[in-house]
Parts: sequence; C-alpha cells; structure tokens
Amino acid sequence: MREFGYQRALDVSGAVALLDADPEARFLGGGTNLVDLMKTGVERPARLVDVRELPLNRIEATEDGGLRIGATVTNSDLAAHPEVRRRYPALAQAVLAGASGQLRNMATVGGNLLQRTRCGYFADITSACNKRSPGTGCPAIEGQHHNHAILGASDHCVATHPSDMGVALTALDARVSYETADGPGEIPLADFYLPVGQTPHLETALPPGALITGVTLPPVPVAADSRYRKVRERASYAFAIGSIAAALDVRDGVVHDVRLAFGAVASRPWRAGTAESVLTGAPADAETFAAAAEVELAAARPLPHNGYKVTLMRNLAVAVLSELAEEATR
Amino acid sequence: MTTATRGSVGTGHTRIEGRDKVTGAARYAAEVPFADLAHGWLVLSTVARGRVRSVDTEAVLAMPGVLAVLHHHNAPRVDTDYIGLLGVPPDPSVALFQSDRVAHMGWPVALVVAETSEQAREAAESLVVHYDQEPHDVAFSAERQTEAYAVDGHMPGVVEKGDLEDRLAASAVVLDAEYTTPEEYHNPMEPHAATALWEGGRLEVVDSNQGTTWVAGELANLFSLDPGAVRVRSEHVGGGFGSKGARAHQVAAVMAATVLQRPVRVVMTRRQMFSLAGYRSPTAQRVRLGADTDGRLRALEHQSLSMTSSVHEFVEPSAAAGRSMYAAEAHHTASRIVRLDVPTPTWMRAPGEAPGSFALESALDELAERCGIDPIELRLRNEPAVGPVSGLPFSSRNLAACFSEGARRFGWADRDPRPGVRREGRWLLGTGTAAASFPAGAMPSTAAVTAEADGTFTVRVNAADIGTGARTALTVVAADALEVPSDRVRVRIGDSDLGPAMIAGGSMGTRSWGWAVTAAAEELRQSLAPGADIPPEGITVRSDTAEAIGALARKERHSFGAQFAEVAVDPATGEVRVRRMLGIFAAGRIVNPLTARNQLVGGMIWGISMALHEEAVRDRSTGGLYGADLAGYHVAAHADIPHVEADWVDDHDPDDPVGIKGIGEVGIVGAAAAVANAVWHATGVRHRNLPIRPDRVLMAGGDA
Repeated sequence: MREFGYQRALDVSGAVALLDADPEARFLGGGTNLVDLMKTGVERPARLVDVRELPLNRIEATEDGGLRIGATVTNSDLAAHPEVRRRYPALAQAVLAGASGQLRNMATVGGNLLQRTRCGYFADITSACNKRSPGTGCPAIEGQHHNHAILGASDHCVATHPSDMGVALTALDARVSYETADGPGEIPLADFYLPVGQTPHLETALPPGALITGVTLPPVPVAADSRYRKVRERASYAFAIGSIAAALDVRDGVVHDVRLAFGAVASRPWRAGTAESVLTGAPADAETFAAAAEVELAAARPLPHNGYKVTLMRNLAVAVLSELAEEATR
Repeated sequence: MTTATRGSVGTGHTRIEGRDKVTGAARYAAEVPFADLAHGWLVLSTVARGRVRSVDTEAVLAMPGVLAVLHHHNAPRVDTDYIGLLGVPPDPSVALFQSDRVAHMGWPVALVVAETSEQAREAAESLVVHYDQEPHDVAFSAERQTEAYAVDGHMPGVVEKGDLEDRLAASAVVLDAEYTTPEEYHNPMEPHAATALWEGGRLEVVDSNQGTTWVAGELANLFSLDPGAVRVRSEHVGGGFGSKGARAHQVAAVMAATVLQRPVRVVMTRRQMFSLAGYRSPTAQRVRLGADTDGRLRALEHQSLSMTSSVHEFVEPSAAAGRSMYAAEAHHTASRIVRLDVPTPTWMRAPGEAPGSFALESALDELAERCGIDPIELRLRNEPAVGPVSGLPFSSRNLAACFSEGARRFGWADRDPRPGVRREGRWLLGTGTAAASFPAGAMPSTAAVTAEADGTFTVRVNAADIGTGARTALTVVAADALEVPSDRVRVRIGDSDLGPAMIAGGSMGTRSWGWAVTAAAEELRQSLAPGADIPPEGITVRSDTAEAIGALARKERHSFGAQFAEVAVDPATGEVRVRRMLGIFAAGRIVNPLTARNQLVGGMIWGISMALHEEAVRDRSTGGLYGADLAGYHVAAHADIPHVEADWVDDHDPDDPVGIKGIGEVGIVGAAAAVANAVWHATGVRHRNLPIRPDRVLMAGGDA
C-alpha cells in the first residue's frame, strides 16, 4: 500500500485547516472502513488526519428536547446511551445490528454516515466501477447485483448504502452538522446523500473539506415506540439484504403518526415518505400496511437477480408495523 | 519400566501446545525470524485467459527497497514431469513463471521482492503487466454435461452394477431430482506462508502445510534437487482443510531465494488465497432412485458434474458417496468434469462426500416422503450386508447404531412427519436427518521412538498438526504403546528430516502416523529389559508400516454417522436458523475425546455453513470472483451456530491393528442434507440448490 502521513488533530478548526491544506488528505475516524479500503487500494490518501480525539464525543439534550450526538461518539456508546435507548430505540437497535462489538467500539457516528458501499466491484480495483473510477462502467448491472439497489438507482450505479444507523437516523429526521474553513453548516439527513444520476462518485452534499461535527435528532415522540429489523444472509456480522426502521403511534385503531425508512435498497437510507402518507390516518391493520409498502415499492426497478427485495421489504414492513400496532393495543 | 500404564487413549487431553498458542509463544510460518530476510509479493493476472505480452519492470525496480522482479522471462526453470507423493502429476499452476500463458483470473505472473513486506506490496501493486487477452469461459452449469468426461481422481470416476433402466422401470416409485452446490472456499485462519533459504547447500523451507514429506518431495522434483537436499518444516499450522499442499508461495520463495541467495518470505493475502489456495468445485448432480413401495431400492443412480482448470484435472468425486452406503440391484455412479478457465480446484474437507451426500441424502429424504416411510426407517431398510458394489465385507458398519442412538437423544420418535405444520411466532419449525460416511484408510509412514537415558521417550514422526490435535493424539498413542504416562513422552513432528510419513489429509493422518508410532513404541517396550541402563544416546527403534498396510485384508473401511438438525424458518423474510444439531458417529477408536469432539463439531458447523451461507460467485464477464474476501464470502458466524452436540458409539474392528478411523471429515458429511431436510419439514418446500439463502426461501414460498 501507498505510504501515507498521519497527524492527529487536536481541535476542530485545526482538523479542517489540515485537510484544507492538502487535497490528498482524508479524515480518519474509527478507520473501520477507510483502512480496509486503503489496504485494497480503493483509497490512496497521502495523509490521514485523525479526528477521533476531537472533543466531539458527547451526547447532549438540545433545548427543544432532542439530542445532539457528537461525530466521534462511538457506535457502542451511541447504542448504550440511556436516552437513545429510551427515546429512540430503533436507533440503538440499528447500531447494534451492525458490524461486531469490536468494530462498534472503534466506529464513529460521523464515519458511519460516510462509509462507502460494499459493492464487490467497487472494492475490487481490477474491476470497472463508475463510483470509484467515473466513466468506466457499472459491471453490476449485467453481473452480480443480488444485493444491489431496487430504488433510486441509475444506469450508472446500482450500489447500496451499507449503514444500519443511517436508516434509523433517516426515519427520525436527523440533521447533520459540519464545519468548514468558511464556518459551520447543517444539512437534513434526507438531503445529505446526493441522487445517483450520472455522478455516482459524488456521494454527499457536504462541501469540500468539511468535517462532520455531529448529528442532531429532533424530538420525535412517536420514536419511543420504534423498531429496527435487519435481514441478512447470516445471523450476524453481515450487511443487510433488507432492513427497516419504523415508528408507529396508533390511536383508536387508526395510525396517528408513523416513521418508516428502508435500508439496503438504495444508494442512501430510503425514507418511505409515500408509504407514511398512505398510512397516516388509515386503519392500523396488515392490509393497510401492505398497501402502503406496495405504493412505496411501486417505484422499484429491480434487476434480474434482486427482485426478491421488493417482496422482502413489503413483508418486513407488514411484519414490523404489525408488531408495533399489536404492542400499542396491549 | 516397572509399572505398566495404559489408559491415555480414550481420555480427554488438552492440546500440548495449547498454552503456547493462546499466549502467542507458538510461532506460525510467517512469524519465524530470519536474519537478512527479504519479502516477496505475488502479482496476479487481471485477465482470465490470454498471454503476458510484457512486464514493465523498470519503474518498479527503481522503487524503494525493491530487489528483483521475477516473471516468465527471468525466473528459474522448473520440471513438472513427475508423479508426486499422492500419485498425481503436479498442478502446472505451481510451476510459476514458466511461460507467458495465463490460465485463469488471478494466475501468478510475477513476484516482486523487496527489503520489507510493505515495499514489496506497494511495488507489486504498482507493477504494470500488459496482456493479450483472449475470450474466456467460466460458465459452469448442468448444461455443460455434454462436454464433460469421467476421470478417476482419488476415487474411480464411473462405477456401474446392474441394468439401471431395467431396474428403474421395475420400480414402483421413481425419484429423479437435480441438486447443485456452489463454488466453496476453505480459507484457513492462517494464510499460506513460506520462507525459503539455502543453507550449507541445502534448501530450507519454513512453511505452513499439511505434510512436509509431501511438500519437500514436490519442491525437490520441481527444482531437480536430490530429495535429501530439501528440508521443509511446518511446526504449527493454523488450519489446512486440503488447501495446504505445494502452492505458489513456496515455489515463489524458493525461486527468489535462489536468485538472490538470501532468505525470502512469501505470504498470500486473503484475496490471493481465493485464486491460489484451491477450492471446492461447484457441482451439478442428478440422482435417480427406484424403489418398491416399501422403500427398498432397486436402482440408484448418481451423476455428478464438477469443473476443473484448463491446465490440470481435478475431479470432485461427489457421485462416489453412495457406493458404500445403500444396496440396490442396479447401482450406477459417475463423477465427471468440464474444463474451464478457472483455477484448479482441490481437496476440500470431505472431497466428494460433502457435496455428494447433500444430493444423495436429500434424495433419500424425498424418497421417504414419497413412500410415506420414516427417513431413518428407509435408510435401515436399505442397509447393505456387504459393499453394495464391491461385494467386500465391511470392516465394521455401525450406521444403524448411530441412527438408533441419535434418534433416542434427539427425540425423533415424537416427530410428526407432516411438513409445514409447526409454528412458533413468525417461525416455522422442522427437523431433518441424514447419514454420513467417509473412507477410513491408512498410508505408509515411518516413525522412530527413543528411550532416553532420563527415563523419558522421544517420538519422531513427520506428522502435521493442522489444528486437529495430532501432536497430542500421537503423544497418548505412544504413551499407551510404551505403557508410560503421557507426560513422559515428547513428540516431534512437522519436519521432513524426521522421515517419510502420510500427510494430514483424507482423514488418514492420525491412523497412519499412529500405526507407525505404535509399531515402533511396542517393539521398543518389548526390547527394553526391566531395570536395564539406557546409554546416553538412548535406544531407538524405527518402524515403517508399508508392509503391514499392504497386508491388510481388502474390506470396505469407513467411518459412519447420523446427523440430526432442527431449524426455524421465517417464510416472510426467508431467514433460516438452525436451533440444534446432533451428530452420532461410528469412527473407530477415539484417541482423544476432547479434540475428537472439536473436529466432529467443527465439521458439523461447516455443514451448517455449507447449507446456509457459503457461496463464491464467479463473474462471467471478468472470469474472476465477486467479493473474494471473507466479507464477501460468508461463513457461519457465531450467532448462526446453536447448541451442536457430537458423540459416538462403540465401533470396534478386531482385525484392525490400530482401530483408529478418521474423524477429520465425516463430521461435515450429511450435515447440509440434514439441515435442508429440516427446512423441507418446516416449510414443505424442497431446496435442492445450496446455499439455502433468504431470497431462495422467500421466493419459493412455503408459508403454511
């Protein structure tokens, strides 16, 4: 692998300045994805700016009753936090559904949002890939796409975003805050990942050189009854083939409030807004849940070998929403 | 020798080197220090077929620390015109850099040697190789049967008895089903690694392999060296499973050490292992069973297709599994291969039996369903009195005892045979069973046992402990033969200078080495006069079992087993979870129950992994694997493995001087079929293609 420089940043402005000064530098969080990609040659940074020691490792209540999660909070600490577990259980469950204990101890919230797809063509530098080498083509479309996107993809890329945490955060209306040399900024997570289109190599709306400093969760009362479920090809330590984050508030048999997001189906965590609209005010029963999921999935464009994901996501939506509805009536 | 002591064999012993391994004191091949060590890094082809047009060495030679770039223009020549220890010519894949031909994706085209491993890697990854690419063909499928041909590998390719079509026509019930298993990889925890150096006119290689006699012989032949001029050592081995024979890393290290005249180490990366370490071919199998309404077989046909490379014949003998299992008037089995532009497959734990038993034991379950007979009863009704094809007597055959003990412990008697009727929340529940067998053989080996002046004993036998506990097993075997406590016995293994011996393979290691050790130790014990003085150099007795093994009566010699599994299936998501598994085996004399149970349970876990997870996917466009690492190639994780229990019944063969049978492989045999049969019992849907992935279960339906 390429030789690289390493520097530990001591404060946010210093970190941003270091990256600003060197276009070939990359921020290093837990390194659970970036270091792997450096070993395989997908990433070849000249310098790593380690941001893990920055004072961004706290989870604090916000004035409006939400939570602010620092970018360097580890996945383990996030999942274990009492307020996260009490008020946003789907988020804790999503984090715990990902990776392994060792990886979660290293991985950070900021890094999790910026992790790269696990598409096998992207990871193999001998292969073509529009995301890694723009213009070389997408072999997955004609080749192996068993675990690729059914929603929001394009003829240029069908990769999925691998994050579990991001699916829950998307359902919970999280906002991402960042710092650049020109000052701070904030982006709703819903707008954080760019549409694939013809530019799959452009993944986020972060300005160049920006450092993610944290994620803010608004107060979401319905999230107290929320759930994350992940289906994968073994019982642990695998990326999802389909996952769902759902929160449901049922009053008198009718859906009063709902949040729904799908994972492993698109280049970003997929907020199922269409399904939410169908559900809101409708009877909380399996038929409605299925109808809502089907409306959302009507936009799906499966490839020859990933059509099962349409069935899987429909079934998952029915199963998880039914569970939540049943628990609400107890 | 005043008191006779026996009883080490059959009682549990923790591994002698266990403490060294868990504390890190045990050194594996890539950790042994050498002065002036250089590091080689292999460069693999990025095309699946063609020729190397040129290698741009100039820029790379100018990189920091780079010492040499070996490729087909400048590498030492090797000889491949010989037959090795295992009776086959070498796979040309290990004859590195002898021509410009590229036979598969990931074919070694160059070795970059540098002062440090990091420098070698960066230079290797920077090396530009130009190819004249040719169209490749990696498309394995059942349709390739028309181009296939039968090959005798370590089993005969075709064995036929009786008139198949006639007996099928005479059968009241005929089952005709096709099964597939995917390309599977045995990636041991410890990657392949070798260091080669010339020392006093001898070639010394420190390696990780399954037999130093074997690897030393291959290297001596390849490099045209006197056999005595090669010494290979392999003290600790972090898993082999069939993958650790003569491979590219040793040959590359020897070439570079020869050219540079200094020690050179070559270690495979995990990704390189997916091209260079061998694998199990995918199989496409067809089983036809003809039976009377009471389930008694009249006809058994098993056809299996596997693939091999364009440069070497290797057959996965999946059709051989039934030859010793079930009696039938007509009995036809054939294993065939088709040659494609892929790496050469190799032995992988239970070669033939693992995929073959998935097809055959699934088919038996399907036949039981058709006949309305309990699957265990069906197997018992087809128990042969002698070898179903060979007519030879069985040395011992305790399959029925395995089923009876297994059924009792698993609670089989209470099983409702109807599929798809047990529900627990979102899960459908089912149970399944399957039979297992694996040949029990022995190969000639030598051993030396020395009575030392201090009252201890030293055993020298060139065994390989690939994590199985062989070192410990041989210690207790020697202790019992010498009639001394095992702490007075020291065993030295893993060094070709110890003399020729069988490899750790074919479930024959402990049986072959144990035989040689027993022969030498018993002779030594009998020759030692009680109270006699031992000279300072000790008293040594040597053995060679070639004659004794040659004199062994011809019999059907096998280990047997009965596998049981309970699964839960969520038809809404397609998830399958194994809830418990039990295997009861008849595997001869069990030397060390502790490590034997490890091996059997390990095999069963691999069977779960084979049933549900393992699958390497070859991209037909590039000819290479998709996701060739342990993130892309899923093996079972801890959370997939429930309570797994392995035990055994008495299995005694009075004619056998050692009584040991193999346990290395029988544990995986039948395990995947037991899981698949349980999935059918849970859902009512047959899964004939492995692995039983969530999408396959989901789209096959089966919601009761």
